Amino acid sequence: MYRASLAAPDDFDGWRAAARGLALAGVDPADIVWQVGDDGGDLFASDAPAPVAAQAAFAVPRAFVDLAQSAILHCDPQRFALLYALLVQLRDRPGTMEDKADPLLRRIEGLAKAVRRDIHKMRAFVRFRALEDGDGTRFVAWFEPEQHIVRANAAFFVRRFATMRWSILTPEASIHWDGETLTQGPGAARDDAPGDDPVEEIWKGYYAAIFNPARLKVGAMLSEMPKKYWRNLPEATLIPALVAGAQAREAAMIATAPAPAKRPGNAMAAWTALREEARGCTRCPLHGPATQTVFGEGPVDAPLFFIGEQPGDQEDMAGRPFVGPAGQLFDAALAEAGVDRARAYVTNAVKHFKYEPRGKRRIHQTPQAGEVQACRWWLEQELALVRPRVIVALGATAARALLGKVVAIGKVRGSAIPLADGAEAWVTVHPSYLLRLPDATKAGEERARFVAELRVVGERVRGLG
Amino acid sequence: MVALSTRQKLEILADAAKYDASCASSGTSKRDSRGGKGIGSTEGMGICHAYAPDGRCISLLKILLTNSCIFDCHYCINRRSSDVRRARFTVQEVVDLTLSFYRRNYIEGLFLSSGIIASSDYTMEQMVSVARSLREEHDFRGYIHLKTIPDADPELSHQAGLFADRLSINVELPTQAGLERLAPEKDGGRIEGAMAGMRSAMEDMGEARRKYRHAPRFAPAGQSTQMIVGADDASDSAIITRASSLYDRHRLRRVYYSAFSPIPSPSAVLPLKRPPLLREHRLYQSDWMMRFYGYGADEVASATDPVTGCLPLDIDPKLAWALRHRGIFPVDVNCAPREMLLRVPGLGVKAVNRILASRRHRRLRLDDVARLTTSIKKLRPFLIASDWRPVQLADQADLRRQMTPVPAQLDLFS
Repeated sequence: MYRASLAAPDDFDGWRAAARGLALAGVDPADIVWQVGDDGGDLFASDAPAPVAAQAAFAVPRAFVDLAQSAILHCDPQRFALLYALLVQLRDRPGTMEDKADPLLRRIEGLAKAVRRDIHKMRAFVRFRALEDGDGTRFVAWFEPEQHIVRANAAFFVRRFATMRWSILTPEASIHWDGETLTQGPGAARDDAPGDDPVEEIWKGYYAAIFNPARLKVGAMLSEMPKKYWRNLPEATLIPALVAGAQAREAAMIATAPAPAKRPGNAMAAWTALREEARGCTRCPLHGPATQTVFGEGPVDAPLFFIGEQPGDQEDMAGRPFVGPAGQLFDAALAEAGVDRARAYVTNAVKHFKYEPRGKRRIHQTPQAGEVQACRWWLEQELALVRPRVIVALGATAARALLGKVVAIGKVRGSAIPLADGAEAWVTVHPSYLLRLPDATKAGEERARFVAELRVVGERVRGLG
Repeated sequence: MVALSTRQKLEILADAAKYDASCASSGTSKRDSRGGKGIGSTEGMGICHAYAPDGRCISLLKILLTNSCIFDCHYCINRRSSDVRRARFTVQEVVDLTLSFYRRNYIEGLFLSSGIIASSDYTMEQMVSVARSLREEHDFRGYIHLKTIPDADPELSHQAGLFADRLSINVELPTQAGLERLAPEKDGGRIEGAMAGMRSAMEDMGEARRKYRHAPRFAPAGQSTQMIVGADDASDSAIITRASSLYDRHRLRRVYYSAFSPIPSPSAVLPLKRPPLLREHRLYQSDWMMRFYGYGADEVASATDPVTGCLPLDIDPKLAWALRHRGIFPVDVNCAPREMLLRVPGLGVKAVNRILASRRHRRLRLDDVARLTTSIKKLRPFLIASDWRPVQLADQADLRRQMTPVPAQLDLFS
C-alpha cells in the first residue's frame, strides 16, 4: 500500500504530481490510499513515499486534463482513485477519452458534470449583502456549495465584480477581493455574514411581481432551484405563499367578466396629467392669492361624482377638497346615508380659494360667473375622464357649473335631471349652508333632508349598477 | 394620489413585463469588468439567478419603462383601455435599480421594454438613454436587452444596437389576420421591415469588424421575437411555418412562444381560458427540431394532425414525426449517419455526439447506448444495436398507444 497525500480537497497539482510518479512506477490503482491533509489515514497503508520513476513524464490527452481538473473538485472520496484508474487505462488504451460508452469514463464524466452544475449554481445563487465599513461599501455573501468549488470559482467573481470590494464566505473557505488582489481565508459561519440588506425587500417585490400565477409549474422551478438552495436565497421565503395564492388569483382573473372599455384611453394617466396641468392654472385671477389649486380626488372610475363650490380656508392649505368644517359635515351625512366617499369622486366647481383678508382671517367669497366659467374647463375634463352615472351638484355655484345656467335649488332639488351623455344630475344644498343656519330646529330639519337626498342618490347609483 | 415609491413602481412595471417570455442572457460577446470603472461580465452562457414558481428563469431585471400606452392591443394588459394601475420610471431610477441588483448578484443585466407614450421616437429615445447611461456613465458590462419599437426612427434603433446586446421586436401574432384583429394599431409590414433593418445593420457592423478591429459591436447577441399562442386561431403548423420563415429571413437567434395567459381586466375579444401550457412546450420542441435536429419546417408540420393542424399534446413532436414515417426506422446505431441518428426519438444532440465518438472504439450494444443517453425506453423500437433488433415493434399498429405516457389523475382544478 502506498499513501498519496494531497494538500487540499481540490489540490489538482498535488494529485497530478503524485499520479504521474505512481503511474510511471506501474503502481496498481488498488494499491494506493489517497488522503487529503492529515485526516486520519489508512491504518494499513505504508508510510513509504511513492516510488520515484526513472522516466520524467508521459503525455495524456488534453481532454483528460480538463476532465480531471473538474472531477477532482467533487466531494466523492473515490475521485482521486477513479481518476488514477482512468489515467492507467489511458496508457494502455489511448482512445478511452473518446469511448464515451466506457463505464469508468462515464462515471468520472458524471462527477465532472455535477461539479460544473455546482459551479454554475454558485454563480447564480450567491447573494451579496452590502456592508458599510470605514472604506465605503463592501459586499459579503454566505454560500454553501456541495463540491469543493470555491477557489475554482473565484476568478468568475473577480471578472464580474472587479471594481467592487467583496467576500464570499463558505463553510470550507472564504475568498476576499479588495479591488486589486484575491485572498483566501478559513471557513466561516452563516453569522459572519451580514443578516440583512434593505435592497432585498425591493428584490423580493420584483420576484413576486414577475411571477405569472396563470402558469404555475412548481416542478420546473424545483428542478433548477432545488430546495437545498432556498435557505440562502432571500426571495425563496415568498415561494409557498405565491404557490398557494396562484390558483385563486387565476380563478379571479377568469371570473372577472370582460367589461367593455368604459372610458376612452388610459384614464389614470390622463387624470394625473390633467391634475399636473391644473396646478399651474392661470385661467382666472384667483390663482394669485390662493395657496394652491385644489383638484378633485377619488377613483377615476367612480360611478358617483360630487361637485362643491370652491375650496375653503382649510382645503386651500391642505390641497384636498372637502376637508374643512363643511367637509366634515359632508362626510358625516354621507356616512348616515350609507354612501361610501372612498368610492365617489369629489371636486369643486372652482379650484382656487376666493377670499377677502380680514385681519388674520380669510373670509370666503362666492365666486363670480366669469370665474366659474373659467374653471369649467377643468370640471368638464374631470367629468369626461370619470364618466360618472350620477352627478350631484352641491349648491347653486356647482349647479350652474354643471348645467351651464342659473337654477333655483328649491325648485330642482329632489329629482333627477337627465344629462346629454346619459348620466343624471341631482342638485341639493351645499353642506356649508347647513352650517350657517342660525335656527337649530331648522338646521336639524335641513340636515335630515340633505341626508335623505344623499340616500336617494346612493340608491340610484346602486340601481344603475 | 400619493407619489409611488420605487418599490411600488417596480412591482407595477415588472408585473406589466412578465408576459414577455424571453429572459435569455446568453450568446453575446465575452467581456468582463477588469480594467474598467464599473461592474459586469458576460461569458457566453447566461445565468439564471432565480426561478419563479411558474418555472421561468429570472436572469434579467425585466421591466417596462412605463406601462402607459397609446395602443390598444387586446391581448395586452397595458392596452390603453385597460384598468391597470399605471406607473413610470425615470431613466435614473432604472439605471440605479439595475446596478443595485447587479451588485448583489441578483441579475445578469436589464431587459427594458416600454409602453408607447407620446410618440414612438420619444419612447425609444428614453430607452436608449437608459442603455447609454449604463454603458457610458457607469461602464456597465453586463447584459442589456432592449425591446425596439418598429415605428421609431432607424437612427434610434441603430443607437440601441450600439449599447445593447440583444434587440427584439415582437411579431405578436402568427398571422396577419390575427394581428389586424387583436393589435389594430400594429402593422406586420412595419414590424418585419424593422427586423430586416436590424439584420442588415448587424451584418454591416459584422463586416466592419472583420476589417477594423475597433469597429463598434452592434447587438452581438442578435435579435429575437415573440409570438402569442392561443389568442387567435392560428394552428401549430401555421406557427411553425411562420417561425421558420422568420429564422430564415431575419436571422433571428430565437423565436419565443408565449401561451396566451389570462390577464386581469381582459378585453371582450379574447378567449377567456388559456391554451394548454403543453402546447407552448410542444412548439418549443418543434423549434428545437428545426434549429438543432435538421428538420425542415414542412417536415415538422407533417407531424401535426392533418385536420386541426396542431401537434399532438400527449407525445412529443419528434416521436409523432417518427410514428408517421415508420418506413425509415429502425436505424442502426453502429452505422447510421448523424442526420438519421438525430431523428431517433429519445436521442438528443449530446447522446448522438457520444454515440459517434464511441462507435469508433466499439460495437455498441443496447447497454452501451443506455449509458450514453438518459433512457432507452422510447428509442428501443426505432434502433438496431449489435445485440438488439426490434423485429416487429415498429410495425405494430398500437405502437402509438404503447408510447403514450399513462395520463396522471386529472387535476381537479385545471
